[in-house]
Amino acid sequence: MIERRPLATFLSHLIVLAGVLIVAFPVVLALVATTQTSEQIVQNFPMSMVPGDNLWASFHQALFGGQTAKGNTLPAVAPMLWVSLVSAVIISFGKIAISLLSAFAIVYFRFPFRNLIFWMIFITLMLPVEVRILPTYAVVSSLGMLDTYAGLTLPLIASATATFLFRQFFLTVPDELVEAARMDGAGPMRFFLDILLPLSRTSIAALFVIQFIYGWNQYLWPLLVTTTEDMYPIVMGIRRLMAGGDASTEWNVVMATAILAMLPPALVVILMQKWFVKGLVDTEK
Amino acid sequence: MTFEKRVRFRSSWLPWALVAPQLLVVVLFFFWPAGQALLESVYESDAFGMSSTFVGLDNFKRLFADETYLQSFWTTAIFSIWVAGCGLTIALLLAVMADRIVHGGLFYKTSLIVPYAIAPAVVGVLWVFMFTPSMGVVSHALKQAGVDWNHLLNSTHAMTLIVTAAVWKQISYNFLFFLAALQSVPKSLLEAAAIDGAGPWMRFWTIQLPLITPTAFFLLVVNIVYAFFDTFAIIDATTSGGPGKDTAILVYKVYQDGFKAMDLGGSAAQSVVLMAIVIALTVLQFRYIEKRVNY
Repeated sequence: MIERRPLATFLSHLIVLAGVLIVAFPVVLALVATTQTSEQIVQNFPMSMVPGDNLWASFHQALFGGQTAKGNTLPAVAPMLWVSLVSAVIISFGKIAISLLSAFAIVYFRFPFRNLIFWMIFITLMLPVEVRILPTYAVVSSLGMLDTYAGLTLPLIASATATFLFRQFFLTVPDELVEAARMDGAGPMRFFLDILLPLSRTSIAALFVIQFIYGWNQYLWPLLVTTTEDMYPIVMGIRRLMAGGDASTEWNVVMATAILAMLPPALVVILMQKWFVKGLVDTEK
Repeated sequence: MTFEKRVRFRSSWLPWALVAPQLLVVVLFFFWPAGQALLESVYESDAFGMSSTFVGLDNFKRLFADETYLQSFWTTAIFSIWVAGCGLTIALLLAVMADRIVHGGLFYKTSLIVPYAIAPAVVGVLWVFMFTPSMGVVSHALKQAGVDWNHLLNSTHAMTLIVTAAVWKQISYNFLFFLAALQSVPKSLLEAAAIDGAGPWMRFWTIQLPLITPTAFFLLVVNIVYAFFDTFAIIDATTSGGPGKDTAILVYKVYQDGFKAMDLGGSAAQSVVLMAIVIALTVLQFRYIEKRVNY
């Protein structure tokens, strides 16, 4: 701190606290809604902010589905959580693995068309899947990948963010390490596994967080390539639960599903905050 | 960008084996579809996809003569200006305030990060829950304040709804970058200015703000890209492009025309236009990265 200004400090706390409250409000509201029954939520206008005692029932209904008091049959969310988890893990690990390898090749080898290949990978950096949905859908469908994990994940792995980051990082690794490794008789793969990989730990951790969230939060792509309920990720499932968006919706179950859908990525971000923040700010710089 | 390794490994086949997986994925799921989009955009296929004829730039001509498409461009522009403008201003305010705080900083930071982890579709669901005219908590509060909120009928309300949801979700990202930028402003500069009698307000305008302009510009591009593409789920969950087509941004229209109306040529032409926009934004961003390195 430069100087002591108690009033300004108080004001800063007040403003940031207001920001935190705005950020927290929708989430808290969702949590309160899960503690009430859907009748309680709809009948009181506005809904009461006093927690009820229906928490367990809402989450149970969300996770395992079944008949509700209103007579709606709800799908079970537990299998969707599994689909989301598997896709997010495949996307994050797949992207990190193929990017590490190709960045290694591009930085540490000289081979024909190296620049062309770099630019081919690089041009995909900012073109999101949303832009080319229809043709990508056609490709995935002609490869018979609809309703498979391959179809859900591979097109999302096709982007260069991670490759670019690893390339930037490898360029900062001192050349002396390569010389020393070569002098000790290590081949390229040994150097990669024993020296480069351990050095890249922080970048890998940061990318894992970013890609896990990216994979978990996908919505449009699963909407297109999945047609059977057992391949729906939770983020897509919740939208279907909401159907009408009015009084007939089982809001307590929808909000329980929302909490379930945001919990894993939120935990990953909070627990790995240090690497995530560093990685995010470094990646994009 | 241009410096290279002095020391390298030698092998004629290993580098190819190493780039092969990524190259395969990129060609299969990026270049092939992108090429298809380019191709389809100059063809017109019949309703059943049985035959197609070469029509040159007709699809594009038709696109830009189409009132609803131009309207969608306009909608996208308004939407992204609001999202980027509000998102950057609020995040900057929060970051400047958080930068001053010594105690409790981690708590604030952690709380403000959370929206980054929440899926846009889930944000949309939370917003519907708060704003549904018949039972939402916020719509009730608005009614008390004399605003007859109904985003299903009133397009201004619908636009406000998606802008606030999109901004809420993006605040974390902007906040983290602004905070990092502010913290890298040399303390000695600020101290020197303070000794010379500059108050916090003066220091912000003359030292901090100029030094974080590169970050602000970077965030501006990122936020525009975000508003263009990543907000699909928010819109689909809240307004579905309505009322009418008043919140159907370009990405939403590609989806509607391609998958709902099955207009393949038109949708492909729209994809090509979108690609051109993204490439332009990428080039813009790169100009800035190069500048930054020199600076």
